[in-house]
Amino acid sequence: MSTSDILWTLLSLFFIGLAYFATFAFIAGLLWRLFGYLRTPMPLPHALTPAPTTEGGSILRVLGDVTLFQSLFKADKLLWGGAWIFHIALAAILFRHLRYFTYPVPGLILYMETVALFFGCLFGVAALFLFWRRLGLPRTLYISNIPDYFVLVLLGLVAGTGLMVSYWLHVNIVDVKGFILGLMTFHPVEVPRHPLFLLHLFFVLTLMIYFPFSKLLHAGGVFFSPSRHQPYQVQVRGKRYVNPLER
Amino acid sequence: MAKFDENPIIKDPAVNGVLRPPKLREHASAEVRCYPSKPKDTSAINLPTELVPDWKERAIAKFGELLEENQALRVYMDICVRCGACTDKCQFYLGTGDPQNFPVARAELLRKVYRRYFTPAGLFPDLGAAADLDEELLQKWYTYFYQCSECRRCSVFCPYGIDTAEITIAAREIMASIGVSTKYVTEVVAKVYSTGNNLGIPPAAWKDNCEFLEEELMEETGLPIRFPVDMEGADVLLVPPSADNFANTDTMIGYGKLFHFLGVSWTTSTYCNEGGNFGLFLNFANLQKVNQRIIDAARMLGVKTIIWGECGHAWRAGILTPTLSGPMDMFDPPYPYHISQFIVDMMKKGAFDGRIDKSANDEFLVTYHDPCNSARAGQLIEEPREIIRATCNRFVEMPKGTIREKTFCCGAGNGLLTDEIMPIRMAGGKPRAMAVKHTKANYLATVCAICKAQLPESMHYWDVPVKVGGVIDLLANALKL
Repeated sequence: MSTSDILWTLLSLFFIGLAYFATFAFIAGLLWRLFGYLRTPMPLPHALTPAPTTEGGSILRVLGDVTLFQSLFKADKLLWGGAWIFHIALAAILFRHLRYFTYPVPGLILYMETVALFFGCLFGVAALFLFWRRLGLPRTLYISNIPDYFVLVLLGLVAGTGLMVSYWLHVNIVDVKGFILGLMTFHPVEVPRHPLFLLHLFFVLTLMIYFPFSKLLHAGGVFFSPSRHQPYQVQVRGKRYVNPLER
Repeated sequence: MAKFDENPIIKDPAVNGVLRPPKLREHASAEVRCYPSKPKDTSAINLPTELVPDWKERAIAKFGELLEENQALRVYMDICVRCGACTDKCQFYLGTGDPQNFPVARAELLRKVYRRYFTPAGLFPDLGAAADLDEELLQKWYTYFYQCSECRRCSVFCPYGIDTAEITIAAREIMASIGVSTKYVTEVVAKVYSTGNNLGIPPAAWKDNCEFLEEELMEETGLPIRFPVDMEGADVLLVPPSADNFANTDTMIGYGKLFHFLGVSWTTSTYCNEGGNFGLFLNFANLQKVNQRIIDAARMLGVKTIIWGECGHAWRAGILTPTLSGPMDMFDPPYPYHISQFIVDMMKKGAFDGRIDKSANDEFLVTYHDPCNSARAGQLIEEPREIIRATCNRFVEMPKGTIREKTFCCGAGNGLLTDEIMPIRMAGGKPRAMAVKHTKANYLATVCAICKAQLPESMHYWDVPVKVGGVIDLLANALKL
């Protein structure tokens, strides 16, 4: 066994451990936080009016915010455009990453190959726009804090290294897939011997660990925002909103 | 003309009735503070009379309690991404330029402390944007959480619906629990317990005033228009803001004429002649206790239903009544019932058909100011407009971004209607004043007593010649009795 073999073995152990830890932290952390929101009662009716008067209506209202960012659209068209493109590109990229986790790969994901680079670049441009906005607008500069910058830089690094290993310093895709499927079937194998890919993986795993304990939780928290998810409930419709704390 | 420090106020004009976000002026309104509460008031309403010695521990404990009990607070502490969508939406920022009046900056005052004591970020305060709760920060809480009118405008634009009002309510609750509150709010709540209303009007004076109105209307119209007080067995208990019987008498006359016209037996109560619930601006216990008085008064008089008068906060608390004070099953539905809803329902039934002379209001070019509480917390947007359209020929709306759900607060809501913070009130009133000016209206209708107290002053300050009045005033004017 050469020195480099030992080094790769150690690196593999590190990444395998980190990958399992990150997955655990991400899933358990997310469930813990979201369950926390779910079990916390809302003492008073809190719907921001005009509000839908039915449960169905308020579900549509939340979905409108989740998928189309309706409220943000009212606030700032430019930011809405940037943010929406950012999230759509992110969703497309995440979806395409299923090719590394599935075997056989579904046809739809294979078709996406042709537009993958487009979404990758779109994401990068949108991230740069959001970063520029944060720094360039005195109002957002004033409110931005270190975690805000940290998240944007981290996402930028994930995207940058990801684009590089896909389109420039190619990583052997068979190695990558072998490694990931190995993790998923609990038969871990050695990491792909590609430093840039490992850097990409490292940033992703860091993001996963950080996710449940940061503002990135807006992704799940938006479903629990009472001003939006509550219908306008008073006794008018024969239904009394009962303070859960008094039940 | 002004007798107060005008430095916090930005004087730049609006463009087409809408203000552009001003340049940041750090600390512009940092010195504008409400007077602290007096021991005689706080002791009357079950609050510490001065800053308690272990205030820091108790504040954090209270904060923890609220986080466990309030989903909104808990979620809003976590999920803000500081996108900045709200930064140009608050009237107090638009009027002062002080970045601490960004809704997000205001909320961060609380979030910093949340992160410090309730999240892992507290282990690395500098990196995690967390901060100890110290005297300096408490002072900032006191300043800026009493420069928020809990109007919910920011929440309309927030991609996650984060409602700074709820954050301000929590901060004020925490502060109240350690002995930090304002003179104005505590004084008003104490007055409710001793006299039944926010103005501190004793029952005898209330009755006198009602009799005076009856005599005056008899002279004017020759009709026996009654203003019954404490009449047992009346059908309707009207819960107006007490100011309607003293400052906005046209509105009180409006109620009288309306009920006379419809032949409804109604009454006010001297136990509870106040809808406006200042507990909402202080803490939950007082919110509930003040609200309970309405139900108790209604039971005492044995009325069939309760109608809330023209008051924004009253309605915001009013719709909470079934939650705060138990089921309202003993009353006739619908409940809670607002006077505007009542009028519109009567209109639909044809009660006013052919009996309204719109031309009586022709001297007025009317515009409507949505009170923040009725529009954004009480689902009351169309009803007042329907009444205005049915009673006036000349109605004009203010610019789109300043009405309905996007309405601006008058600038003095939720505990800010006090003279020592006049610079904040006038600055906060600027977006509304500019929008009214743009319409060239000469009658500014609204359904809130706080608005009716603040708007004449802010309109005067911003040089907008307009009469401020109620919606029901217009109806009473046009009604062929």
